[in-house]
Formats: sequence, C-alpha cells, structure tokens
Amino acid sequence: MTSPFRTPEGGRIDRSATVEFTFDGQVLRGHPGDTLASALLANGRHQVATSVKFGRPRGIAAAWAEDPGGLVQIEEPFPEPMLLATTVELYDGLAASGLPGQGRLADVPDSARYDAVHSHVDVLVVGAGPAGLAAALTASRSGARVALVDEQSEAGGALLGTDDELDGAPAVDWVAAAVAELAATPDVLHLQRTTAFGLYDDGFVLALERRTDHLGAAAPKHVSRQRVWRIRARSVVVATGAHERPVVFADNDRPGTMLAGAARTFLHRYGVLPGREAVVFTTNDSAYDAALDLFRAGVRVQAVVDARPEGSPQRRAECEGAGIRVLSGAVVTGTQGVERVTHALVAPFLDGEVGAGSAIACDLLLVSGGWNPAVHLFSQARGRLRYDATLGAFLPGEELDGVAVAGSAAGVPDLAGCLADGQRVARAALGVPAVPSAADDRLPTAPEPVVPTAPLVLWRVPDPSGAEGSTSFVDLQRDATVADIARAVGAGLRSIEHVKRYTTIGTAHDQGKTSGVLTSGIVAELLGVPVQDTGTTTFRPPYTPVAFAALAGRDRGRLFDPERVTALHEWHVAAGAVFEDVGQWKRPRHYPRPGEDMEAAVLRECAAARTGVGILDGSTLGKIDVQGPDAAVLLDRLYTNLMSSLKVGSVRYGVMCGVDGMVIDDGTVLRLAEDRFLVLTTTGGAAKVLDWMEEWIQTEWPDLRVHCTSVTEQWCTFPVVGPRSRDVVGAVFPGVDVSNEAFPFMTWRDTTLDGVPVRLARISFSGELAYEVYVNPWYAVAVWQRLLDAGRPHGITPYGTETMHVLRAEKGYPIIGQDTDGTVTPHDLGMAWAVSKKKPDFVGKRSFARPENHNPLRKHLVGLLPVDRQTVLPEGSQIVEYRTDGRLPAPPVPMLGHVTSSYRSAELARPFALALVKGGRERIGETVHVPVDGTLVPVEVTGSVLVDPEGARRDG
Amino acid sequence: MAELLRTSPLQAWTDTFARLPDPVGITAEPFVATVDVRLGTVGPEASAALGVDLPTAPNTWVPAGTGRAVWLGPDEWLLTSSTETPEEFEARVRAAVLPLGGSATDVSAQRIGLRLTGARVRDVLATGCSIDLHPRVFGRGSSAQTTLGQAGVVLLALSDAADDFLVLVRSSFAGYLADWLLDAALEFTTTPTHDR
Amino acid sequence: MQLIACPWCGPREEVEFSYGGQAHVPYPDSPAELSDEEWAHYVFFRDNPKGRFAERWNHSAGCRRWFNAIRDTATYRFERVYRLDDPKPVTP
Ligand SMILES: [Zn+2]
Repeated sequence: MTSPFRTPEGGRIDRSATVEFTFDGQVLRGHPGDTLASALLANGRHQVATSVKFGRPRGIAAAWAEDPGGLVQIEEPFPEPMLLATTVELYDGLAASGLPGQGRLADVPDSARYDAVHSHVDVLVVGAGPAGLAAALTASRSGARVALVDEQSEAGGALLGTDDELDGAPAVDWVAAAVAELAATPDVLHLQRTTAFGLYDDGFVLALERRTDHLGAAAPKHVSRQRVWRIRARSVVVATGAHERPVVFADNDRPGTMLAGAARTFLHRYGVLPGREAVVFTTNDSAYDAALDLFRAGVRVQAVVDARPEGSPQRRAECEGAGIRVLSGAVVTGTQGVERVTHALVAPFLDGEVGAGSAIACDLLLVSGGWNPAVHLFSQARGRLRYDATLGAFLPGEELDGVAVAGSAAGVPDLAGCLADGQRVARAALGVPAVPSAADDRLPTAPEPVVPTAPLVLWRVPDPSGAEGSTSFVDLQRDATVADIARAVGAGLRSIEHVKRYTTIGTAHDQGKTSGVLTSGIVAELLGVPVQDTGTTTFRPPYTPVAFAALAGRDRGRLFDPERVTALHEWHVAAGAVFEDVGQWKRPRHYPRPGEDMEAAVLRECAAARTGVGILDGSTLGKIDVQGPDAAVLLDRLYTNLMSSLKVGSVRYGVMCGVDGMVIDDGTVLRLAEDRFLVLTTTGGAAKVLDWMEEWIQTEWPDLRVHCTSVTEQWCTFPVVGPRSRDVVGAVFPGVDVSNEAFPFMTWRDTTLDGVPVRLARISFSGELAYEVYVNPWYAVAVWQRLLDAGRPHGITPYGTETMHVLRAEKGYPIIGQDTDGTVTPHDLGMAWAVSKKKPDFVGKRSFARPENHNPLRKHLVGLLPVDRQTVLPEGSQIVEYRTDGRLPAPPVPMLGHVTSSYRSAELARPFALALVKGGRERIGETVHVPVDGTLVPVEVTGSVLVDPEGARRDG
Repeated sequence: MAELLRTSPLQAWTDTFARLPDPVGITAEPFVATVDVRLGTVGPEASAALGVDLPTAPNTWVPAGTGRAVWLGPDEWLLTSSTETPEEFEARVRAAVLPLGGSATDVSAQRIGLRLTGARVRDVLATGCSIDLHPRVFGRGSSAQTTLGQAGVVLLALSDAADDFLVLVRSSFAGYLADWLLDAALEFTTTPTHDR
Repeated sequence: MQLIACPWCGPREEVEFSYGGQAHVPYPDSPAELSDEEWAHYVFFRDNPKGRFAERWNHSAGCRRWFNAIRDTATYRFERVYRLDDPKPVTP
C-alpha cells in the first residue's frame, strides 16, 4: 500500500522497507528515514494536536525542532511526553498520539540507560550543513582534534532539503564524501542525532546524543539511550543554520499552514507532498524555490503571494514561465477551513494597508517571512546581537574569544558563501592564514547564486476581520496572539523581557524559535521604536528540551550518591544491621533481633553497654596525623584548650572554634611523640577539620614546621564499652596491662596482635569504662572477630549509632552540628573548662570577649525531662514558657529555644532530651513547655549530664 | 591462634572483575605499603636520603624502587613500596625526611588501587573524568588528582597508549567506584542480544 | 562549567575548587589589642566590589593548595592567579 501523498520516487527514505506505526490509534505505514511528521503527511494527515488554551487544531508547520505545532506523546515502547512529530524518527511499533499542548508523565520507571562522556577537542563544529562540513574538513585536514555534532539523523543540513548541486553533482554526494573523509581521519569525533544544547564558559558545550531512540523496542539495553557529551573545545564554530520565520495573519495556525522551506524539505528529503493545491505567501525570494519545486513535483501552485510591491522580477518570470500566477503587492490576510486549510484569503497590500480580498482554494498554505539565523549558542555565550534591518533578523554583533559563527547562522545567504565561510572560520579558529594554500583545501563549486531582490520585513498582516489580532498567532504553543502583545504594551510594558513574561511568548517547548523575533518586531512596531532598541529576550540553554533522565545520567539508584562503607560493612550487613546515612557513610544504626523494633533494639544495646559490654564500629571518626616540631604550636592555636602540655602517651579532649568564637568541631587528641599527634574529629568534621588546618598553615602560618595528613581510613576504630570491656580487651591483648593503674583513663598504649600493630586508647563517649581499639583496616574484620569471640562469655553486644547517641546524650556530650548550629560557644555548652585562660591567643579567643558572648540570655545546653515520663520530644521542637499567671503569652509566643537531641533512656527508665535554652543554666529546676502534636508537654530543665554526673563509671 | 587474615575493600568484586573482557580490564591492586611524604625543598639531599628523585613537575609520577613516587602537591608526594611492610616503610621514609624538615605518614590503607587495562578503558574513564586523557596529553608518567564519577581519585597513566591506568581511591569509596566502573563498562562488556 | 587555572595543576573544572573569600585579609597580629569594632571588621566585614577582586581559592579536589586570584565579579573572568607568596598584582 502506498501512502497517498508519497512521491513516486526520490527522497532519502528507504522505500524498500515499510515501517508500521500507530497514531491516535490509527495504524499507518511509513519508511525508514521518515520522521513521524513526514509519515503523517505522507498519509495526508496535517492536524496532529490541539492547542493548549483554545483547543484549536494544530498541525505540522515546520520540518524540524522549530515546529510550533506538532506536539505528540510517544505511548509505546516507552511513554514520553512533549515531543515534536518533526523530530521523532519513525520506527516499527511506534505508537504516538497528539497532545493538547501538554503531556502526561510516564507512570512507570524509565529502565533505559543514560550516560555522559567528556571530550576534549581543538575545534568543535556545531552543525553539519555546508558551512559546518567545510569547517570540520578544514580543521581535520590540519591535524587538529575535531568534533562535529549535528542534531539530524544524517549530515547535510539544509542540503538534505534541496536539490542543490555541488561540482555538478547532487550536493548530497559531496556530503557523503565529506562524512567518509571525516570518518577516516584520526581524532575526529563525528556525531549525528546530537544537539549542542548549551554553550558555556571556556569553550564548554553540552550536547545531547540520541543514541537509540530511533530504534524503538529494538534498542539494545546495555547501550545508553541518550548521552550528554561534555565537550571542552579551544574553539567552537557555530554553524547552526537559520530558521525560517513566518508572517503573522489571522487564523495562521490552521493545519495546512507551513513554512515554505519545510515543504521543500518534506519533498526532497522524505519524498512527501504536503498538499495538492498550494498558495505560497512570501516576503522574500526563498519561497519561490518551494513554489517551483512543488510545482515540478506535481502540486498545483495556485498563486505566489508576494508582499513586496514589485515582487522579484526574475523569480516572477520563472514562475510565470511555469504557469504559476504571482501576485505582487499582496498578502494573505487569513485562512478558511475547519481542521485543515481550504482557502487562503488574499488581499492587495500597499503602504501597510490591506485592500479588499478574495479567497483562493488550497489545502496547503506556505509562508515565508525571511530567515532568522540560529544564533542561540552564540547568544548563550553572551555574544551581543545586532539587528539587520534589511534581513529583519538578529545577527552576531561581535567577535567572541573562542566562539565563531559561520554560514547562514551568520547571515550568509547562499551555498557558495556558506562553504567559504565555514572554511574561513575554521582557519581562523586554528590560527592559520585565511586563504588556503593546499590543494586539498579546495571547496566544491556551487552554482552561481541568483542575484536576490531585497526582502520586505513584515512581521504581521493587519487583521481585517475585526478580531483585532485575537486569532493572529505569534506563539502557537502558548496560544499567544498579536492581541496579547497589544494588551501587554497597552498595560505599559516596554521591555521585551517583560512582554515575554506577561504574554508567556517564547516560554513553551520550542522556546520561541519562530515567535521570538516576531515578538520583537511587533512590540517595536506597536511602540513605534526601532527593532534594535527592542532587542531579543535572553537565549538560555537548553536549545531544545533535554530530559531530566539524560541530565541525571548514571547518577541514579545506587550511583546517585556514593555510599562510603567501613571495612566491616559486610559483617554489618550479615548481622542484620539497619543502616543510617551519616554524610555519605553507611553506618549501622542498630542491630535488631528478630521481632525487635528500633526502640527495643536500642534499649537492649544501651543496657548492654551500661551493664555488660558493647562494641561499636567507630571507624568513620575523622583522624588526622599532625607531625613536625611545631605540631603542638599549631594545635594550641586551633584548639581552645592547651595541647602543648599533653604528655606523650596521653589523650585530651579539645574544642575547636571559628574566628567568631563558635564551636566548629570537637574531639580527642593523642600525643604520639613530642612532634606527632593523632587528632580525632567527628565523622562529619573529618574533611572540614583537615581543610581548616591546611588553610591556616598555608595561608597564615607558612613558617610553622608542621604537616597534616588524613588517616581517617588508615585506622579502623572499635570502641569496646562497658563494665566488662576490660575483661574483653585484656583477653584479646594479653600483652597490655589494662588495669586502671597501668592504663589510666585518657591514655593510649601501642601493642601488637599476631605481629599486627594495634593502638588502644582509654577514651569514653559513653561515660562507661571503655577502650578504643585502632587497627589497620586490612585486619579490621579479623580483629573485630577476635573481640567478639573474647566478649562472648560477657554477652558482648554490637551496637549502632542510635545507642551511641543515647549513651553520649545521657552524659550530656554534645554532637557538634546536632546540638550546635554555628551560633554556640564552648561557654554555651558549659565547657568553659575546655577554654584555656593561659594561652595569649587561639582562633576564636578574641571573639569570646565580645559583649554578646556575655549576654545572660544566650542559649545554654541543658537537659530536659518530660514530667509525664512518657513523651519523647521530637527533635527540633520549640520551647515556650507560661506567664506567671499560668497562661501562654499572646502570639507570637516567644521561643526560649529548641530540642536538639531526644531519646528514650534505658538507664533512666524515661525519655530525656538535650536542648538549647535561653539562659538555660539559670533555669535548672524550672518547668517549661514543649508543644507536641497540639498539646503542651511540661518538661523540667536539668543539667545536661543525666547519668553518672560524678563520672564514677569511667574506670569500671 | 591463627594468623590475622587481611581483607581488601574490593574482595567482593574479584570474581566480577575476573570475568571482564580484555578491552575493559579491571583488577584490584594488591596491598601496597604507601607513605604520604611532605617536604618543603627537594634537592640532592632528599634524593640521597630517599633513594629517589621526587618528581617536581605537577601531576606526574616516576618509578621509585619497587614502587612509585607520585606528585600530590608542591610539597607532597605519595611513595609506594611493594616489598616493605607499612611500618617498615614509614619508618624508613620518616627517618630520611625528618632531618630535612619533612614528615612521613603511613597511609597504606587509606586508598586502594584499581588497575584499568585495555583498549576501551579510556572511554570508560571519559564517562566521569573531566581530565583530557588523550595519549598526547596524558601519557605514561602523567598523574592527576581529580574526580572520577563522584569519587576523588589519584589517576596515573601507566602507558603511552591510554590503555593502562591506575586509579587510587579512598578505601571507603572503593565499592562505589568499582560499581561505577562496572556500570560504565557495561556497554563494552555486554554482547548485544536480540531477545525479541 | 568554567575553567580555573590552578597555579600548579593548570586549568581544571570549577567544581574542583572551593572559594575562600577576599584575599589579603591577614589574621591580626594582636587580636587582644583590637577594639570590638576592629575585631568585628576582621571577622565579619569583607569588600564586595563589582569588577576586579582579589580572592582566595583552594584546589580542593586536586592538589589542595590555596592560591590567590584576581577575578572580575561581573564577568566571572579570572584575570590572573598567583601563589600565596606572590605579592598582590597591581591592577590598572
Ligand atoms: Zn592544583
């Protein structure tokens, strides 16, 4: 079965094969090489969609991404909304439907792969039309690293849509030879189906390659469907061609209305006649080619309507020679028809006035209002545009470093000029003489261009219907009309950016490819100012829509965010740990036994650590090796307390502040030697503290003889915690005297286990007797297992971060970043004892003397005990107080502070919390209130240390 | 008591790596003693003490004894040794650089190496590395500290044909990076099938 | 994605770097001798010019070295980078 509008021969489709597809439920046929649009047109179907606001029928109005009409949704093989029928390549089994201006998101996950690739080149050429191919050939012949990207399925650009000749043969033959040459040249990356959608700083271009979309269900699953190329180019040659511009008139959105050049493309590239009877409406010479080509292909061209008073004498003669009527000084003022054009309304046009008209029957109305160079990428690179009043178009208005525009994107009108321009620009980009000397840089010879007659710049035809432009569509996708622009200007808007936002013109799927310059022209006309003063709206990436899935690439699922794990991770998994994200780390939160929820597991783990022995994987703790004769000097300057007095073999807790005196991290410091310390930071502070040290050393104290090295992952850390910990550690490390006398609190000892170095430290983050075991992660699993084996008689219980938090909070130990927020000083935490009064200076010290730091209403870290002994206060809850009369103050109720940590305590047999409360230490013993689920829970303010305030347990 | 067993952060990937085809070979490097060296001035004294000329050109590495010396910064290098234990190596290097005002820290377990060999490994790396890996630019002896996927790495070119690289990654990120590399290599490891 | 030229590593993508604010703001010699206002100026106040600005940058995902740069805050263009021990360039 042949499609009714398919030409008997010609085009670049594969007529030997048939592709079956479905549109709006109707089964249709096309050929490989078709787009959905060309296949629909071949089947006589113009209308594919309805408009977003008015529900008006909309059809295919262009042949590629500038089409404002043919929005479709792919239903099969994978649902994808908001595509243009003109850019969807046809494949077997494609099922699509027209859209009412907006699509439907898929309700099933996208199983396709998407990826990204970095590429580095000397010259990136965007666009494989005549100028781009000439530029790519020139660059590649010089030996440069070249990338050539083009958004269509095959190279050739505008040559695919004409019957132009080069060197006396079809131009597409030259295209094929050029492509073959590029393929055979090393260091040339040639990508079709690849849209350069953004041009950024320093020659950085993002391009989307549609790798398997055109294969439909046959797409291999292991190949990415789309790929974002991240191309870094020393020079970018923008050879992106030009978009034909329509003229606005009443009912110009009726299906069957099409850009003249698009009709040529459908004919020459796809072998499709977009109609049987055509009227061609133009303001310039180019549409005559469409009229003549369609005529030769068998279309009855009813009239060429040329708005120029004299038309084009030479082209007129050609038409009349073919029997085509040419009406000069005339315009199309409107259309008739229901779902398809049946008549064009044509009227004389003189000095901007429209005369009495008549209807000409047609099923195809071709329009050309001139050409807009596709300057999008140039403009994205912040290149200034200049308005060319002759062409009625914006052209690149300056030279940019590293970005050059070639061919019709730069306003070059003819084929020979485009080829020469591509070569010239490439040579400039390479820094070689503009005139080629080598014979192999010869360009093909193009036919002598016809001397053109100047075009007429015409944005819109006055609406004779009395509808005042309310059906004269400027932006078809937004259903925005001349009347809307008039309303915007009437409302006082002058800036084109404001008109865009008021009317929404240019904000749809096509980003105003056909409507943008029209709007500038119409606004200028309405305001009575030159178009160059109106300018254009800002061109922003992406040039065409890019799916979020493509931008996400492979950073999805498990690869979305790296999961950092410790050497024991597989053990934790096998032990049934429930994990918690701590930054990028996966840390066991608790280890539930069968039937336990988190609360039960944590109560059990806490009890084990307080009454028997528990063990934690604390390997994520930050660790920094600080070495050098001035190591102690550095630490004295960065910690609030004195570190230089620490004895080798001992450990000291320290607090670190910013210059503003606010706590930024805390941790313990082990003195390994006179000139060597091991600094332990919080898990989250590891990188930050190392950077902090490096920053001070490099930028302020380069004379200090000290070096800092991260050893976070050089040591695994296992706190063995609880009254029975001494038995366990003593059993595993018999060479160490673990008694209090020989190994007191806040000291460390080195030992070995089967020849492997191990460091033990009496550090406690729970208040219990505890030994931290440090070992090279290579041996972590083995040492952990030894500890578990030795602890089995004592019921050793692995515990997670939740239990760790409960244990530390019961002791009032703050977590920097949870119980503090960057506005909390050591004094606010009740840690004045950790602030040296002896040191003349340290980072943060001067700020402690600021008056605000002596404000008695600063927030202090305190404990809270809900009076009902039941409620676990949600962390982040606000704290309020009743007035003396027992009522709440009037809203807004003053906030005293907030809950920073809150848990249920096995030891206390009740919930408790830590909180930052204004003047909190003065309020100990008072009752304040915390709103929870709409009720006010009374809580008692206490000191922050709720378990073992005397510190009796740390020695066992 | 049995000797303490060593486990590698990439142990679970060994079999998967072994099944990869030649163009995208990945192997986990064995345990290697590694020391981070900081030294302000590099001269004949340092070379004599260390037995190696530390590379002073940024982003380069040189062979050094049984291992390598990798430039990490104007006063920082990574030194490896495949014959000494980490403790021995740190002690030796530390003794050499201490008199010169330097420092040395055992970082053997901080990172693990992934060796990438084959005709397509440059393509695999290019999916997540913004450095230009063209052999003319990043030949043997080149190195870079940069980001691969979302992991910080030290990348070393071991050949002049862009077909042999060593990726040093923090041990905690090793699993992520192994999964990431395998995923990137999928296009070159899967035989196309038409299972329709 | 802008390139920033690390004085050691050469041009790298901007995501490898972190910003360190205004350059040439040294830690005061004797903070204790400063008035509260003078100290507050050191801690909290920085210039915010439109145009050339001397800034501190750190090649945080690379060699981890700090360096200074003259950058135009209106165009984002780096006019030059220089090492911490280089003097502040005289700009016209
Ligand atoms: Zn650097």
